[in-house]
Amino acid sequence: MLAKVLAIRMVRLIATLFVVSLLTFLLVEQLPGDPILAILPPEALDDLENIERIRKELKLDDSVFTRYARWVGDALQGDLGKSYITDQPVAEAIKDRIPVTIELALLATMIAALFAIPIGALAAYREGGYFDRITSALTTAALSIPGFLAGIFFIWLFTLKFNWLPSTGWNRLSEKGLLANLQTAILPASALALAPLAINARLIRADMIGTLKEDYILSARAKGLRDRYILMRHALRPSSLTAITVFALQLGGLIGGTVVIETVFALPGLGTRLISGIYQRDVMMIQGITLFIATVYVVVNTAVDLLYLALDPRIRRQ
Amino acid sequence: MSGRRQQRVLQIFSAMPLIVKIALLWLIFILLAAIYSRLDRLFGQALPLQDPFYQPFLFGEASPVEGPSSAHWLGTDVLSRDNLSRLLHGGWVSLVVAGTVVMFGIIIGGFVGAFVGYARGRFEAITMASLDVILAFPPLILLLALVAVYKVRNLTMIALVFGVLGVPTYVRIARASTLGVAGREFVQAAEAIGTPRRAILFREIIPNILPALFAYALINAGYVIVIEGTLSYLGLSVQIPEPTWGNMINEGRRDIRQTILPIFWPGLFLTLTVVSLNLVGDWLQQRIAVRDAAL
Repeated sequence: MLAKVLAIRMVRLIATLFVVSLLTFLLVEQLPGDPILAILPPEALDDLENIERIRKELKLDDSVFTRYARWVGDALQGDLGKSYITDQPVAEAIKDRIPVTIELALLATMIAALFAIPIGALAAYREGGYFDRITSALTTAALSIPGFLAGIFFIWLFTLKFNWLPSTGWNRLSEKGLLANLQTAILPASALALAPLAINARLIRADMIGTLKEDYILSARAKGLRDRYILMRHALRPSSLTAITVFALQLGGLIGGTVVIETVFALPGLGTRLISGIYQRDVMMIQGITLFIATVYVVVNTAVDLLYLALDPRIRRQ
Repeated sequence: MSGRRQQRVLQIFSAMPLIVKIALLWLIFILLAAIYSRLDRLFGQALPLQDPFYQPFLFGEASPVEGPSSAHWLGTDVLSRDNLSRLLHGGWVSLVVAGTVVMFGIIIGGFVGAFVGYARGRFEAITMASLDVILAFPPLILLLALVAVYKVRNLTMIALVFGVLGVPTYVRIARASTLGVAGREFVQAAEAIGTPRRAILFREIIPNILPALFAYALINAGYVIVIEGTLSYLGLSVQIPEPTWGNMINEGRRDIRQTILPIFWPGLFLTLTVVSLNLVGDWLQQRIAVRDAAL
């Protein structure tokens, strides 16, 4: 049974990746006119010899199918072509930029978890109480504030008003150490964490309310165990499954969500590279980074599905 | 409006919690204000509203970033343009994009979802599987790639791209609620007396899934407004000088060291609108849950 479920998931994963790659490929392929016009910067279009050379290099005269197959084949081997604007290989740009993006996504998840779990648990513990009502209003507000606006507000508050933290720039973990790195990472990660924090606090609250109504909680109460003990040991543990899943599910989304936050804080991440690629109309770069982010997103989500399957025996049995 | 219906609307309104009432009034205000600004544009500035592009400081009439005054109720921006007028015109962009997504979603997504959910069979399986694949794409990245590569920059095209990309989720929700409705007694009763399936679809199923779709549409509209704001902020939506809430924030960002006011207003309008949509949507969803439980 499990093998069958696994097989179905794998087939779906491959089918999805196929369509994702096809869409990304067609994105550029479907551009009106000669693809060379899109790939090369306008100033390079006068040099006819150069155009011929690149046309040969890209084998643009082959059929669409051949070129798609070759493009996917190359991509599987880690070759996403190169930018014809900066001459940088796309894969190299991704490798260079991805640590910042991953760190931001992980740090944001940690911040969100750190606040969402206790907020959700406490709100559920006294459902309808003051704490519950106040946090419920705050999470609604947090969910409605766009990430970039939160980022700008943080810059205004912590940099311009209090001058506690730098507003832009990035200290690499490997070069400057943890503390200097966190100084530049904490504001963008917090802005990024706002939405998942609010969503997760709500989900954990809803889940805990259900758990707290179970009979075994009543029997723990009857045994005279302290409330805090019951909350931490009896209720939080079964609800943690929900928590793990939602956090993992959002990780994939966060990798896309860092795009705008990186831009607000001018961080050297994958998102800013994508945006600068868009401003320069660097089609190869846009195509490569889009394929990469979409692939990560799809793979992470499938992995989370499987993780959920592995963790919850009830689902496994179905 | 007939007297009874009017009474019913008033009844529902007075049953709302205060915060939901305020949210609803804000949404109505934003809607009317955006339409007003558009009419003003269409009639060549015939209505009492400042010109959103006019920069009086070029003519020595005002200085940039003024506070509120009787001429400029919400002050002026870094180029001394009227904040209020720009906010209302910017609201129009957000509303057109959100409105297009909601309309596409409910009309196309709602119909397709209800159809496959009621007809079932292989067609349903194929439709849902292909939608899953589209939904597997991270939405913001897909939008970025589309507008970037195709240089989509005018409001109509932006709204269309948003509208088409929004449909899959509506199909999912319409199908899920159709599955719930299709098993109900009144549908079985209609089937038993030999009502044609098409009539059941239009008279029994679709009217009953619409409330759930509307509730989702409100929350989705808030999400769409945030995404459009994000694209605008990145300079990838409707282009300046045409004001949008997102590009107003982007323009204000440059001068944040001097003043936060140019960011404050569009940020406030954007956030209030999204909060309001979420509040009204949540409220509607709760009402539907109560109604469904009672049926």
